[in-house]
Amino acid sequence: MSHVLAVLEQRDGALRKVSYEVVTGARRLADALGGSVDALILASGAVKGTEQVGRYGADKVITLTNPAFALYAPEGYARTVAERITSGSYGAVVFAASATGKDLAPRVAARLGRPLAQDVVDLAVENGAVTVIRPVYAGKALLKLKVTGTPALLSVRPNVFTPVERPKAGSQESAAAAGPAGRVVVKVIKAAEAGTLDVAEAPIIVSGGRGLKEPANFKVLEELAAAFAGRAAVGASRAVVDAGWRPHADQVGQTGKTVSPTLYVAVGISGAIQHLAGMRTSKVIVAINKDKDAPIFKVADYGIVGDLFEVVPKLTEEIKKLHG
Amino acid sequence: MKIAVCIKRVPDSETRVKIAADGKSLDEAGVKFILNPYDEFAVEEALRRKEKAGAGEVVVIALGPAAAQETIRTALAMGADRGILLQADRIPTDGLEVAKALAAELKGAGFDLILFGKMAIDDYNHQVGPMVAALLDLPCVTTVAHLEIEGMKGVAEREIEGGVEVVEFPLPAVLTTDKGLNEPRYPALKGIMAAKKKPLEVKTVSLGSGGLDILALTPPPERKEGKIVGEGPAAVPELVRLLREEAKVL
Repeated sequence: MSHVLAVLEQRDGALRKVSYEVVTGARRLADALGGSVDALILASGAVKGTEQVGRYGADKVITLTNPAFALYAPEGYARTVAERITSGSYGAVVFAASATGKDLAPRVAARLGRPLAQDVVDLAVENGAVTVIRPVYAGKALLKLKVTGTPALLSVRPNVFTPVERPKAGSQESAAAAGPAGRVVVKVIKAAEAGTLDVAEAPIIVSGGRGLKEPANFKVLEELAAAFAGRAAVGASRAVVDAGWRPHADQVGQTGKTVSPTLYVAVGISGAIQHLAGMRTSKVIVAINKDKDAPIFKVADYGIVGDLFEVVPKLTEEIKKLHG
Repeated sequence: MKIAVCIKRVPDSETRVKIAADGKSLDEAGVKFILNPYDEFAVEEALRRKEKAGAGEVVVIALGPAAAQETIRTALAMGADRGILLQADRIPTDGLEVAKALAAELKGAGFDLILFGKMAIDDYNHQVGPMVAALLDLPCVTTVAHLEIEGMKGVAEREIEGGVEVVEFPLPAVLTTDKGLNEPRYPALKGIMAAKKKPLEVKTVSLGSGGLDILALTPPPERKEGKIVGEGPAAVPELVRLLREEAKVL
């Protein structure tokens, strides 16, 4: 019971980046348990990127295909994954804590009658049992849990488990997944504007608050984000989302998204406790604010006190220089 | 239309978290509790659906301590018809145990819709809604930000990374609600007065201990003291240098 199943994600027939993070987390558990990693992909046909999965520590890559699995099919996916887990005698199963993974994992857990630890930021094996750490109260505290019994089911927070190269065979296997897609049908994905990244997954976030003064001024942040050449998303504080300046999907904080980017640039955000909770696990935080006493400076690694309408365009210019 | 809304009593989002002496739980002294913000969208949606249908019932169900009666009264003040408290003094962190207790209450009760907030802002478990759906074998869509229902068919939109999924489902169904679905109403004084007289049934439930043992609840690591690089645009080149050479993130 020491093998680990990594449940990967594809979209449009290509593996999503978070899949490599899932494999990385699974590999860590498998090494501690002394077992191998099976990576599972549900799709309607061959998936691009599966040959890379072995590099990050998968011993075997299993693609299960069903004509109805091109898009996420909640019930069909849950049944197929649960059946695979039951037939494989796994000690642990790792999902992505993405929009899809957070929907899929509870369905699988309920089918198996097993507990689920969502959105974990660290994992280990202690005395033979899987232990995890997951943020609660929007990151104002960390909860360490021990999973009793097997398999241990968990989902890993995007951007936390940096993919580590751990080359394994990565042998490929493919089979048809029989059965209906289910009653709940994803008809279509309305894609966001080309090139826009989601704040939950972006490696760099440029976030704005009330200091921007009016919605049109977010243009200065969009220009800064664009200077990072496709690696940055624009986020927002609750105040500006509640005011209708920015979409809900962009909100960072306790009633928005909890994010862990490599770089978080807080612009004109004072730093309410519920906002800090949502971004304090960022690797590096930069604050730009005209009020030198703003609480945001207490969590920021680097701060600039000044008028954001002067500082941000200058920053955009300097970042553009870096990217030639 | 008969609609159930499962709600939770949680600490206010402005709460400063203090760890209790046992090192495993929140010190609740002085903490203000509220109706979970994501559950407000669920209550509001249920009220709107009932109002649109012109008939039906909205039942709010909470699992929690005796004090969760207050949380139910908040939903009743918004306009829900009656409440049920599944009273449990100890709620395990294992969401499946909560889902089992709720599923047992909901089973066979003839609800057309069962609504949840997409998650609770205390445990961030993000799982009880879809677990209840799986236990009751009902269709389920999570994190719904837009909803249309015609007869016994629904179309929901849910946000995913870089897009929006458009999902069709049949009723009866379980849905979990996200911010953006609606603007929850504030209870009016009249509603608050009326809520005091609405039926609230209390049932004692005992939950299994579940399969997740709490080892510790700890504050997050303190971020090390940062520095003010300087003032105004003149400080930008130095900031960029530090991000490149010291933090190594550019």
